[in-house]
Amino acid sequence: MITSFLAKALGRNIVVTVAILLTLAALVPALNLLTAPDHPLHVPTYIVSLFGKYLTYALLALALDLVWGFCGILSLGHAAFFALGGYAMGMYLMRQIGARGSYGNPLLPDFMVFLNWKELPWFWHGFDMFWFAALMAVLAPGLLAFVFGWFAFRSRVNGVYLSIITQAMTFALLLAFFRNDMGFGGNNGLTDFKDILGFNIQSQGTRSALFAASAVALALSLVITSGIVRSKYGKILVGVRDAESRTRFLGYRVEHVKLFAFVVSAMMAGVAGALYVPQVGIINPGEFDPANSIEVVIWTAVGGRGTLIGPIVGAILVNGGKSVFTAAFPEFWLFALGGLFILVTLFLPKGIVGTVRQFVERRREYHKAKAAEEARAFAAAEPQAAE
Amino acid sequence: MNTLASNAKPTSILYLDGVSVSFDGFKALNSLSFVIEPGELRAIIGPNGAGKTTMMDIITGKTRPDAGEVFFKGTVDLTQKDEAEIAQLGIGRKFQKPTVFESHTVWDNLELALNRNRGVFSTLFYRLTAEDKARIEEILSTVRLTNRKDDLAANLSHGQKQWLEIGMLLAQEPELLLVDEPVAGMTDAETAETAILLKEIAKTRSVVVVEHDMGFIRDLGVKVTCLAEGSVLAEGSIDFVSADQKVIENYLGR
Repeated sequence: MITSFLAKALGRNIVVTVAILLTLAALVPALNLLTAPDHPLHVPTYIVSLFGKYLTYALLALALDLVWGFCGILSLGHAAFFALGGYAMGMYLMRQIGARGSYGNPLLPDFMVFLNWKELPWFWHGFDMFWFAALMAVLAPGLLAFVFGWFAFRSRVNGVYLSIITQAMTFALLLAFFRNDMGFGGNNGLTDFKDILGFNIQSQGTRSALFAASAVALALSLVITSGIVRSKYGKILVGVRDAESRTRFLGYRVEHVKLFAFVVSAMMAGVAGALYVPQVGIINPGEFDPANSIEVVIWTAVGGRGTLIGPIVGAILVNGGKSVFTAAFPEFWLFALGGLFILVTLFLPKGIVGTVRQFVERRREYHKAKAAEEARAFAAAEPQAAE
Repeated sequence: MNTLASNAKPTSILYLDGVSVSFDGFKALNSLSFVIEPGELRAIIGPNGAGKTTMMDIITGKTRPDAGEVFFKGTVDLTQKDEAEIAQLGIGRKFQKPTVFESHTVWDNLELALNRNRGVFSTLFYRLTAEDKARIEEILSTVRLTNRKDDLAANLSHGQKQWLEIGMLLAQEPELLLVDEPVAGMTDAETAETAILLKEIAKTRSVVVVEHDMGFIRDLGVKVTCLAEGSVLAEGSIDFVSADQKVIENYLGR
């Protein structure tokens, strides 16, 4: 059962992408750790961390593609799931600081001491264990997506209305997490992390390991999403996108179909967030900003929605561009991003990967037609030659 | 309310009695009653706004009636069920505008329509069995699309899309098929072929066809129900119905 699911998942493009990701997961840390800083092939640590961050963005965009590209659910709140996964990891990292905080409290993180709290809130228990935090990084976004999706899809909220309430969801979380008495560090969020699983979070080795973990997580998620969209369930997902009432009158429970994809997608976004936080060293309510979710939509659109690989390409390209652009012309980045979105919508409606695919298919068809024509011409010429 | 002989209910495949529904004060259906027998092919005609599509919406669970009874096979109360449940019970519906999955191939369209377990996890791990493959091939030949099986549904002609949708309904293996204007936009040759196809299908199940094309209905040669303003105006053979004074006034004459 699982093997046939995997066999279907592994198309040629997916195998190639997974191979690239796994190679990078091994090669980049090796080039960072094993070569001298003046070696021409040396990868500086800041580049490792920067691209590690891009890979978590790519995972977030891939997660969005599952629901937007294949099911037509334009979620404008996916950064919320990302941030929840990030907070789960952040809570673990806070607990790891222990007595090394500014106030030296062995149990309470600094912000709680500052707020004069005497004991750990109930929802902070368990986060001193990595496995528990890792589980929560997946379960918390999954649960939110389940509850939200259950009501939204059952009530048949569709299209722009659904997009608006996802936006409202992330905005509500933004406001909630800003409050000090929520117990998540308020405005400042969680930061000053010391170590993860006993390793110094700043060290070169840990940075490389986090990069490798992000690449592997992305590769694994790509295989899973590919398996999902290529299964019969995936075809139903596309059916819901293109003709929802038809799927319903064929006897499918559209709300269950949507809910499954939405929850899986939210969980992946949570994993992305959990990998993001140790690499950037901070998580604060700003991650819930509605604008963040909209940016994810832009990466996905630029790369090509509904292509799985496109969002990965889009997230890395746009964020790479952002890093370069904000260093050179910091004030103009948002204009550039807006302009990019308009240009892509107008001239590359299928995104980069979608357009390349279309071009390759056209060429193949052209060559096929040409070959067929030549064969016909040859067959017509044959009898005359025989005479 | 009981305008029908209630003894028709237990043996019928579809039983509507006194069904009324209104939208914003407009009475789309006004105490509509009729019975379809198992294995029957029935044509329903009527002017625009007579309530034909609303009637289908009620039978398939898209709309809830304000009053009246709708029973499937005499015992199942359809007013208490939603679209997916009703489809799984064995009622298939063809839309007025051909509605197929355009970005899937003809084959995939039929595969999705097959009457198999429709849960998320069973579809996630579904594998095409030899039995399912044979069934799809059989339907492909019934709807004359065998040589288009690998083409995207989007690339089919209008008439072929209509047939694909009929094929999808067959794959659903319904006991009752509701078909809304199957020959709208078809050429004469396609219309004649569709009549043959529907008669073939009606051999093994009950079919209700809503249609405007009187020639097509004459081709079908079945019992006709004429609706107007949300209730039954006349019922009988096509000659009987088209001779009815009220039908001429309301529908044919105009």
